[in-house]
Amino acid sequence: MIESGGPAAIGEPSTAGTPLERPTRRPRRAPAEGMVENRPFLDFLTHAVLILGLVIIAFPVYVTFVASTITAEEVLAAPMTLVPGPHLVDNYREALLRGAGNSAAGAGHMMLNSLITALIIAIGKIAISLVSAFAIVYFKFPLRNFFFWMIFVTLMLPVEVRILPTYKVVSDLGMLDSYTGLTLPLIASATATFLFRQFFLTIPDELAEAARIDGAGPMRFFWDVVVPMSKTSMAALFVIQFIYGWNQYLWPLIVTTREEYYTVVIGIKRMISGGGEASVEWHLVMATAMLAMLPPAVVVILMQKWFVKGLVDTEK
Amino acid sequence: MEKRVVFRSSWLPYLLVAPQLAITIVFFFWPASQALLQSVQAQDPFGISVEFVGLENFRNLVNDEHYLASFRVTAIFSLLVASIGMSLSLLLAVFADRAVRLAGVYKTLLIWPYAVAHAVAAVLWLFLFNPTLGVVAHWMRGWGIGWDPLLNGRDAMTLVVMAAVWNQISYNFLFFLAGLQSIPKSLIEAAAIDGAGPGRRFWTIILPLLSPTTFFLLVVNIVYAFFNTFAIIDAATGGGPGQATEILVYKVYKDGFKALDLGGSAAQSVVLMVIVILLTIVQFRWIERKVQY
Repeated sequence: MIESGGPAAIGEPSTAGTPLERPTRRPRRAPAEGMVENRPFLDFLTHAVLILGLVIIAFPVYVTFVASTITAEEVLAAPMTLVPGPHLVDNYREALLRGAGNSAAGAGHMMLNSLITALIIAIGKIAISLVSAFAIVYFKFPLRNFFFWMIFVTLMLPVEVRILPTYKVVSDLGMLDSYTGLTLPLIASATATFLFRQFFLTIPDELAEAARIDGAGPMRFFWDVVVPMSKTSMAALFVIQFIYGWNQYLWPLIVTTREEYYTVVIGIKRMISGGGEASVEWHLVMATAMLAMLPPAVVVILMQKWFVKGLVDTEK
Repeated sequence: MEKRVVFRSSWLPYLLVAPQLAITIVFFFWPASQALLQSVQAQDPFGISVEFVGLENFRNLVNDEHYLASFRVTAIFSLLVASIGMSLSLLLAVFADRAVRLAGVYKTLLIWPYAVAHAVAAVLWLFLFNPTLGVVAHWMRGWGIGWDPLLNGRDAMTLVVMAAVWNQISYNFLFFLAGLQSIPKSLIEAAAIDGAGPGRRFWTIILPLLSPTTFFLLVVNIVYAFFNTFAIIDAATGGGPGQATEILVYKVYKDGFKALDLGGSAAQSVVLMVIVILLTIVQFRWIERKVQY
């Protein structure tokens, strides 16, 4: 059965014979732009599936939100209600200031740690990779290829395969329980350097030539030309690395022993472990979880364009 | 690969790469070499002396049923996470691609799970499925389904798979959507004119054209399941019950930090390094065609 195809055939009913038949009536509903034929049931199914998907994906967060607005007893009463309660302000204030269960640090303090960690990692990574990539692309020097391969090899050494020895190094350097220890080992990134290198290779040579002719040195060229041109890449990388830094788990877990250095992600885990289940103050834990999710989600949604660009670029 | 115009300086480039190289040497190469060294050594119980034992640590691993079990757990876990995660994301991406005008809206609404930390995602799902407190666990009891991730290994595995898939859906979705949107509409229209229905078009045209994206996501998902899911395991099950959810990465952590078995943990690390290298080679050599965006 030959069906109508393409925008030129909008006027034809979908059960027409040959495409040469003149249209005899307009369909009730024109196909949406870009769709090949008019299939209302499939359209309905499309949106139904997508909305169902959205609901299922949002469900865990919704339940968590509800739990963060009711009292501890109401959480423990099974089944828990699915309607938000009135204690939003109280719970969040308590979680921010006092902390919950086994953790004595308030969520506010932990969020500050997370923020500092995430910012140092994101900004540090961008800065270091920017200058490294600049050196590798724009200078010819012995050992250039060797350094490039050294950086490349780090891709094959994620922290999980060197947990213990890296911990020992950090410990020997006296960096445990410090912002330095939390961030420095995570700042050298091959993916960021590669991203900038890829980008620099696309910068027209004429710009560098013009800079040379004008008598500008390499660093002048760097600040006046390369950095402004890299702004989009930097933004994209910033979003990805901020999320990466904020959501770090394994590394802060082993590098911090004092509660004042806990990040909020670690804090949540520590709140639910230890003690029996009944001693966990779930309403506060859930409030802390909501707080922990907020900043990265805000960054992703506000900077969505850069976020997607960052995801795509860093995987090439 | 080469820039025509380069700057010349005898010292500046070294200064510029110095920070990255310094950190790389101190925190990557030195520890990695230590791991390699420790993997062929054994410490005495008091940690005073070390002796070279060749490949004995590795031999012990191969003969250790717990280690082999961990291998199996990791393989099952990553296959489940990759297949379920990619199928669900593909489904959503196909429908989002169809909803042409609203695709942007759905995209915005589907990308935020990426921003949730793995550990937090685990806590969310833990809370939903907690045998005493969980809302969904309560429903399951109402339907007569037995559920106890604290005692039943398979239930625990289900829990961590769900949390891991949930976290990765945005990532897979974004790449699948980009792949779908880069397929020329003329191909699809031509197929429709020839009489192929939506189903036939999907299986014979769209899916084959998506294969670079699919292969790429497969590798990424396997790397994710192998290495990035430590937080999910630690927060949701702690590797338990027994060792039902103890993936390789988690075992390295437990044996190293809790059991203080340095030689064994180092040997496990070396095995993981080999796996990463293999996966990286696959990712760089065989994924020739870049994913179109």
